[in-house]
Order: sequence, then structure tokens, then C-alpha cells
Amino acid sequence: MHEASAIAHPQTQAHAPDLAQPAKVARRRPPVTTESPLVRRLLVAVAIAFLALFLLLPLIVVFAEALKNGVGAYFEALVEPDALASIRLTLLVAAISVPLNLAFGIAAAWCIAKFEFWGKSVLLTLIDLPFSISPVVAGLVYVLLFGAQGFFGPPLKSLGIDIIFAVPGIVLATTFVTFPFVARELIPLMEQQGVGDEEVAMTLGASGLQTFLRVTLPNIRWALLYGVLLCNARAMGEFGAVAVVSGRIRGLTTTMPLQVEISYNEYQAVAAFAVASLLALLALVTLAAKALLESRYGDELARKAPR
Amino acid sequence: MNISARNIVKAYDGATGRPALNGASIDIASGELVALLGPSGSGKTTLLRVIAGLEIPQSGSVFFGDEDASQKSVQDRRVGFVFQHYALFRHLTVADNIAFGLNVRERARRPAQAEIAKRIKDLLELVQMADFGKRYPSELSGGQRQRIALARALAVEPKVLLLDEPFGALDAQVRRDLRRWLRDIHSRTGHTTVFVTHDQEEALELADRVAVLSNGRIEQIGTPDEVYDSPASPFVYRFVGESGSVPVTLRDGRAFIGERRLSLPVSSLPQGAANLFVRPHDVAIGEGADSLPARIVALRRSGATRRAEIAIHGAAGLIEIETPATATLRVGDDIPVRLLAGRMFATDDAAR
Repeated sequence: MHEASAIAHPQTQAHAPDLAQPAKVARRRPPVTTESPLVRRLLVAVAIAFLALFLLLPLIVVFAEALKNGVGAYFEALVEPDALASIRLTLLVAAISVPLNLAFGIAAAWCIAKFEFWGKSVLLTLIDLPFSISPVVAGLVYVLLFGAQGFFGPPLKSLGIDIIFAVPGIVLATTFVTFPFVARELIPLMEQQGVGDEEVAMTLGASGLQTFLRVTLPNIRWALLYGVLLCNARAMGEFGAVAVVSGRIRGLTTTMPLQVEISYNEYQAVAAFAVASLLALLALVTLAAKALLESRYGDELARKAPR
Repeated sequence: MNISARNIVKAYDGATGRPALNGASIDIASGELVALLGPSGSGKTTLLRVIAGLEIPQSGSVFFGDEDASQKSVQDRRVGFVFQHYALFRHLTVADNIAFGLNVRERARRPAQAEIAKRIKDLLELVQMADFGKRYPSELSGGQRQRIALARALAVEPKVLLLDEPFGALDAQVRRDLRRWLRDIHSRTGHTTVFVTHDQEEALELADRVAVLSNGRIEQIGTPDEVYDSPASPFVYRFVGESGSVPVTLRDGRAFIGERRLSLPVSSLPQGAANLFVRPHDVAIGEGADSLPARIVALRRSGATRRAEIAIHGAAGLIEIETPATATLRVGDDIPVRLLAGRMFATDDAAR
């Protein structure tokens, strides 16, 4: 919102009727920088070239490689049983771990932002742990805990429950890695909003649940959606932690990122890039949704909220 | 409804030092408009929140009428609470904000939709915002938001109305308008009302009675006249209205500045050092049997009058006096002054 209002300001000035040459008002401000036009253009060019080379080009390559043998081959690669299974598994894992993190994230953010308690800063640091730790290590921890020689592995195995090299392990690893997204998005916003609205609702007779559903949740809804989007993108794209716990059993425990790697290692470029293009598409959709949210509800998202 | 808080002690978790409330008691009569006045940190907001049930005190009790409300939840106390920063629900329209307290009731106690709509309409008219029902809070000015916040609080027919610095976030002109408007609403609805303010002018002008708080205790409670004309402690003297103080010595039932005897009555104070508190208009310039020599240290214009800071010979400290704007005074002039009124407090009281 800050940028938006900064841009809007000269325009509103420009529309003032008593200015003779309104359009030029904004340009007449003394320049803030002292670089010569040549240097400025050069710097801009470098930046654009960098963006094109490192961001745009790979994206184009993904789609180009995927469609190299035509649209027919592209769709054939996608409906191939292993590819289809990986898509299904990825959707399943996201469908479990994202709602879990939604619940955990709201709970954690709520208790951190609205209450004072001993050990709050420790909890805050713990929430960031998945961001600071390598996903491979996170995966390994789960293998150590739930694997055949692990702490919980044998008792669970005797009950007929497989965690490692099975779907539950993948869900666990994904949930761990994506835990901070929702909480991180909500905490600053909820801290900034304070408890005034909730206190008013209570004095008006609303119960705890009513207060949460009718006041707290609506206040954070856009930030929540934003966090869920990011969480989902990461959940579907997670490679490291999932690779360690999945065991890469074809058609059973390979998610889309793993499927991409397997196909690529087997020199099936089209198959690899076809699945990769779906992930790239997901990224684009996420970015578009994120941009839309930021432009429309920017003041209800913590990181853009006016202070 | 009578409201009474008795011996409230409240210390916030993790806070060190003295508690926010340290044995505060107050009785509020039904239909009364009472101001809790004090500097920041005096405990006035905490007292209001304890009455509302938003804070649980370590000890002491709150009575609504004859009923002990101490164990009741916020919801069951049925108070109308208005916050300094309005706390309107931003995702709801003005009408839905006002209806919130009715809509969250269980079905058996919830009025019919038509009844709710009527009440919204009446309340919007009461707060003079009849056409604003469909607006969102972000489309309103600060003063309008606070009026809607009050309408929302009134919608649930509260037993008592509690306002926490209701005009604190508004600019001076709007403050004055809303002050008058609140007084008017109060006389029309007759709700027992308690409001917190740090603005003495607001408290004196608006309230039936003013409670002055300091350090978690109530220093004095009384009508605006009582609080202003006969402050019960040096703190109230300093905080409400303007005042200056001069150290005096008490001997044989009389007060002295240096060797000069004052004609002011000495209340039952121990012998020795004391402080004399005077208001600017308690000191007159002029010769008389009891006049004291003083020197003008500074002069400044204040509205219709001119304020002079004077130092009384033989006494430490400066006091401010009021003189007519037309008086020909210059800084450095030696003048005789007479103390017409004032009150003495023992020195250890003054230190508080």
C-alpha cells in the first residue's frame, strides 16, 4: 500500500484544476539520484538481463522442453501411470498437510499474538526452525524417529503402521517443512491488531468461539489465504525432506518433484519437463494470486500494513 | 444500577514494582456520570477494565447493585465498553456492528430481525448518524466511529457504560463537540456511566463526580467543585487545575514564611515544615497588613489575563499569579502580594 499511495500522490496533484501544466508537476521534482542517464540505463539493463537469464529463461526452457515433441507427447507423458500417481500423491499430501498447518498456524499465531506467557520467545524461535534447518536434515530426523531402527518405528510396525517409505512419512515431512508459512504470516498482523476487537465482542456477549469465528477470523482472512497459498506452493514443491522419507517407490511414494528427478535421470526429458511444467504453472498461479491479494487487500496483510 | 468496587488490588503479570491498582475503592450511584481522572500509569484504565471484567484483580470485589459480580465473566456482566481506538469490526457495516451484540445471542434471547432493525435505526438516530447504516468503518471519520462504537455498546442495553479515554484519539474541536453530545446522550438515556480521561478539563466539565487516581489509589472523589475548590491532597492540588506551592513553617498554630506570619488558617497539622498550595487566582497584588514582598520573575499573556511568576522573599520556589492584562508590570518589579486562600499540607504528604 505504501508504494501505491506514493505513486497515487502526484496524480492527485496533477488533477488539481489550478495547475497550468498538471502532467509535468511530478517530473519537476529534483532527482534524488545523481547518476548520469547512461549509468542509470546501464544499471537497469544489467538488472533486466539478470532477471531474464536467471528467472525468465529457465521458466521458458521448462515449457519449451515439455512441449518439444508436441502437445500430444506432452499430455501422454502426463497421463502415464507413474506420472499420474505422482500428481495424485502430491495433491493428497498437500490436501492433508496444508489444512494441518492452517490449524497449527492459526493456533500458534493466536496464542503468540494475543497472550503473554513464559517461553513465548522460545516458541517464536521454534516456529522458525523449519526455515533455518536443511530439509534433508528434517527428513533424516523422521527416518531416525520412525524408521525400522528408529524410536517409534518398531512399535508402530508391529501395529501394522508404516511411516517411513510410505505416505504418512511424506505428509509428516511436508507438514514440518511448511509449518512456518501460515504462522509467520499471521503473527505480525495479529500482534498489530491487538485484542481490542475481541474484548469488545466479549463485552457484547459473544462467547469465545463466536468471537473467534465472527471477529478474529474475518480480521485475518486475507493474510490467512496468503499464508495458505505460500504454504501450498511449498508443500507441493518440497523435494529434500520428502526425498529422504519417501524411498522413491514408483507409483506409490513419488511426489511430483521426485517424479521429475527420476524421469530426468532416466533421460526421459519430455516426461520430466511435463511434470515440471505443472509445478512451474503452480508457481505462476501462486504468484498471480499473491499479487492480486497484495494489490487488493494489501492493508490487511501484515507486511504491507501501514504502521 | 449502583456500581461498587472495593479494595481492588491488581498487579499485571511480569510487572515489577507497585501494582497497577493498590486498594482502590469507588462507589458509583445509579445514573451517575463519573470520571476517572489521573496521569498515565495511575491505574484508571485498569480500574475500568476490572469493573468490566476484562481484568481479574488479585483481590477485592466488584458489585453490580447488591450482586457480587467478581466471579462473573465479561459476557455475563452486561457492560457497554467503548475503547479509545473504537475497535469497530472492520469487516462489518455500521448497522451490523451495532447489531453484533444482538446477533450473537442464543436464539431464545435474540430479538426478531424486525426488532433488531428497529433498534439499529433508533440507535443511529440517537447518535445522529441515521444515514450511515450501510457504510463500513473505514469510510467514517474518527468522531463518527466513536459515535458508532457507543451505539454498538448501547444496543445490548448494558447495565453500565464504561468508556476508556473515549475522545483521546480525536482532535480538539471534535472532542469538545462529542463531550457536549455525550453529556446530552447521558441525560437522555440515564445510563450509569464511567469514563476514563487524563484531561482534567474534560473530567470537570462532563462528570457529575470526578475520581482522581494516583499510584493505583483513589486520592479523592467528589463533585467537580469539591475536587477543584478543596483538593484533598497535594497530588490533587497539582493535578487538577493550576497551582503553585511555597514551603512554610508551622509554629504555635500559625504559618510563617521566614519570620512573616500568614493570616491563613492552619488545619490540624503537626509543627514544623509544611507546604502551602495556592491557585493563581488565590494571590492578589496589593498592600495590606498581611502582605508579603515578592518579585516578578516572568510574565506571559494567557487569554484575558496576564500570568506573572513571582518569587516571595524568603521562600523557595516560584508561584504563578493572575493579573489583569492591563496591569503595568515589568519583570524584576518588587510588588506586595496578599494570599487570599490556599491550603497547607505536611511536607511528607507533598512528597507523595
